[in-house]
Amino acid sequence: MSKRFSSGRLWRVAVLAAGLLVFLSGCDRRYLIFNPSGPVAEKELHLIILSAVLCAVVVIPVLGLLIFIIYRYRDKPGNKAPYTPEWNDSKILEFVWWGVPIIIIGILGVYTAKTTYSLVRPPVEDVKPITIQVTSLDWKWLFQYPDQKIATVNYVEIPAGVPVQFHLTSDQMMNSFWVPELGGQEYTMPGMAMRLWLQADQPGTYYGSGANFTGKGFAHMKFKVVAKPQARFNHWAKQVKKTAPVLTEAKYQQLVQKGLAEKQTYSSYPEKLFLDTIDRNGGKYMKPGMKHGGHDMSMMDNDNE
Amino acid sequence: MGEKAKGFFVTGDPLIYGADVSIIITLLGILIFLTYFKKWGWLWREWLTTVDHKKIGIMYLVSSLLMLFRGGVDALLMRMQLAMPNTHFLQSQHYNEIFTTHGTIMILFMAMPFMFALFNIVIPLQIGARDVAYPFLNAMSFWLFFFGALLFNLSFVIGGSPDAGWLSYPPLSELAGSPGPGQNFYIWGIQISGIGSLATGINFLVTILKMRAPGMKLMQMPLFTWSVLSSCITIIFAFPVLTVTLALLFVDRFFGAHIFTATGGGNPMMYVNLIWMWGHPEVYIVVLPAFGIYSEIVSTFSKKKIFGYKSMVFSMMIISVLGYFTWVHHFFTMGAGADVNTFFAITTMAIGIPTGVKIFNWLFTMFRGRITMTQPMLWTLAFIPCFLVGGATGVMLAAAPADYQYHNSYFLIAHFHQTLIGGVVFGYLAGLYYWWPKMFGFKLNDRIGKWAFWTWNIGFYVCFMPQYALGFMGMTRRVYTYGWDMGWAPYNMVSTVGAFLMGIGFVFQVWQILYSIKHGERDLTGDPWNGRTLEWSILSPAPHYNFAHLPAVKSDDAWWDMKNHRYGAAVQDNIKEYTPIHMPKNSGIPFLMSACWFVAGFGLTFEWIWMGVAGLAGVGICLLARSFQRNTDYYIPVDEIKRTEASLGRVV
Repeated sequence: MSKRFSSGRLWRVAVLAAGLLVFLSGCDRRYLIFNPSGPVAEKELHLIILSAVLCAVVVIPVLGLLIFIIYRYRDKPGNKAPYTPEWNDSKILEFVWWGVPIIIIGILGVYTAKTTYSLVRPPVEDVKPITIQVTSLDWKWLFQYPDQKIATVNYVEIPAGVPVQFHLTSDQMMNSFWVPELGGQEYTMPGMAMRLWLQADQPGTYYGSGANFTGKGFAHMKFKVVAKPQARFNHWAKQVKKTAPVLTEAKYQQLVQKGLAEKQTYSSYPEKLFLDTIDRNGGKYMKPGMKHGGHDMSMMDNDNE
Repeated sequence: MGEKAKGFFVTGDPLIYGADVSIIITLLGILIFLTYFKKWGWLWREWLTTVDHKKIGIMYLVSSLLMLFRGGVDALLMRMQLAMPNTHFLQSQHYNEIFTTHGTIMILFMAMPFMFALFNIVIPLQIGARDVAYPFLNAMSFWLFFFGALLFNLSFVIGGSPDAGWLSYPPLSELAGSPGPGQNFYIWGIQISGIGSLATGINFLVTILKMRAPGMKLMQMPLFTWSVLSSCITIIFAFPVLTVTLALLFVDRFFGAHIFTATGGGNPMMYVNLIWMWGHPEVYIVVLPAFGIYSEIVSTFSKKKIFGYKSMVFSMMIISVLGYFTWVHHFFTMGAGADVNTFFAITTMAIGIPTGVKIFNWLFTMFRGRITMTQPMLWTLAFIPCFLVGGATGVMLAAAPADYQYHNSYFLIAHFHQTLIGGVVFGYLAGLYYWWPKMFGFKLNDRIGKWAFWTWNIGFYVCFMPQYALGFMGMTRRVYTYGWDMGWAPYNMVSTVGAFLMGIGFVFQVWQILYSIKHGERDLTGDPWNGRTLEWSILSPAPHYNFAHLPAVKSDDAWWDMKNHRYGAAVQDNIKEYTPIHMPKNSGIPFLMSACWFVAGFGLTFEWIWMGVAGLAGVGICLLARSFQRNTDYYIPVDEIKRTEASLGRVV
């Protein structure tokens, strides 16, 4: 009887878990991580699901076993279950519960390694990627487009279907650049340029935020990533070039002051601004390798780790 | 200087004024009580100068429960602020201070002293010793912790709390990011108590290795003793790293060095690496003893030998070693490269294996046993599913590319609260209920305890399960407010309700303790749970010298063995003639020297060099005074032992 009790419970838990997973993965747009909109986020979601399933393989039976044991071996008068107070060792059982987790971790380890290595390469190889330089400031985001020579604050536009290599640095505190629907995050650190590949498959607007605490205005460091078809992106860039004001050195110094900022658009920026920011924040003391090739931008595209 | 004086007292917030008033009233109340009832001498002789491990343990316990209260209030304030979008209950600055102090207090001033309370109360009794190896140092450790915690807590009414997160990453924690004294309070509060933690680690390592009762081999030690041994080894290697790291941070702040500031050629990544080289082992330091507690409790209340003893010992030792090879998983997103990330992802997953093995061993200890649902057992049984799920989400976090999506999100917050509450807090509470009769001679009330248990547990899941979902929805930690647009509101509301349930659980526990002091079931046998290890072989509470005769140990589960297999021989042991017992004398130096450390820490916090120097000079004088003390020990005469044993109801 107790056996049926436990296996019934087990099934219910399994069905519930499966149902929950379906619910989470499709129905609700609010679960950003379950709605990947690019190859990077997709790869990461696959790994998340694989790891969750592998963990469930252990967790669910153990929970069932726990309930069964508590029920079966409770100290009630007349409990006929066997009682072996001196039994304390079993080579076979020990072998099983050392062995099974090792196998599971082995499988997960292999997939983790594969995904880790694949994420340092561009998401697709046959499309020419673009570069966007990101600087986290207190408390706003500055985006520079070295190919278009334009700049934006607190929003970023990218062409859909094109891999984007974000070069990340910080002109104050250490933050983290995160666009959950496009992929995982990477820290922005003073004196270095980190690199992060992301790509949006479809046009759309995606939520982005700073993920590492930087003080008073941190909660407001949100930005939108707007993905557009290549042609419309080009058009937008041209418009900006024509109509937007210039980001001067003086204007940049205003941006650096602690405080919040509205969305802004600039038709140009001081040419070496990104590299100067890195150098001024300590990049000049770093070995080129530590700066991840911050000086020589041509190196960055073929020297990924 | 003038500006500093202006900022000396924290002003402008009604919550803080309320705290000021209540602190003053409480202090006045204590002073009046002590004076009116003429208790000053008693306080000095019995508590402030004691070197008795049992009393030190109780002082640790009281301090840690107070800190649990403060850290818990911090948590509730945060949850109130986050319950609804766009709330104006707390300002950003105030919220930042509160999450910083919440984290620091819960780990360093709640979990650590709670753990040391159990070390102190249980270990000497469990290995059949009359005190720890270095009783004076033990008192020193406690008072260093106490004054370190006092200094840290002072910051919220004087000078302002630290606000750079509980691990204070530079550059935010450097002078440019945190100019006030708050960050210095953090550094000196932790430094001073950290010396005490390191000393405790050394003390208990030596105690366990050198002071075991005659006959007790290493592989016959109770598993709690083993867990403390592994935890102490980890403390000894980890805490110096913390001390050095914070010292370097202070050098940056005080002397204007650039060790961790990139602008001057230093590197903040260095700090992040160093702090986690301590920080990750630290979580194993606090969880390993909890594993030991569960092992004792599961075996006792299943009336069965622990399953796979060797496997348990082996897994704890692996954890304490492997715990040093996982630290980078706290910053996979710092771009260390695929090689490094893969290495640390796999070591992190690997540490789940010995932990999982322990769960199977506990399950199979219960299998074919007879399980009684006492309070310690309830907390243990609640721990298993909670820690299992928390461990599973830990393995999920270990997969580096998945972590790029979880890092600093509420998924992470939910994970570590599940392992730290479900693993550590539940464990210490289980230990508290288990050893309470041994400390105080009575059991804690069952009925109120069950109310506490269920509100705590239901509250826990209501609070933290929604936070996993919030992580998937992109909510990051340490945001003091959010908008309606993201759909985070309902989950946050539920989470807040859960937090308050846990708060109610804590109130039940306070009530339970107060109620049980008057009405609790007295423990006259010394062995209320039908225990298996030596602490249950003496009466509760234990006499000053613990064991009138040192027990002779012949096997594991020594007391069980004496009770059930060689009762006659054990009685024979006990009717031998008493001999005078060698004990350490009380000393006021640990208290005074730690107070000097406090003065030094306070001075350096405000960069008042004269005060820092004066405090350190006081420390030096105390050290000198101690080294000229010759008369540090005494013998308890046989008559007194006879009298004590008789008064405890033991027939001589």
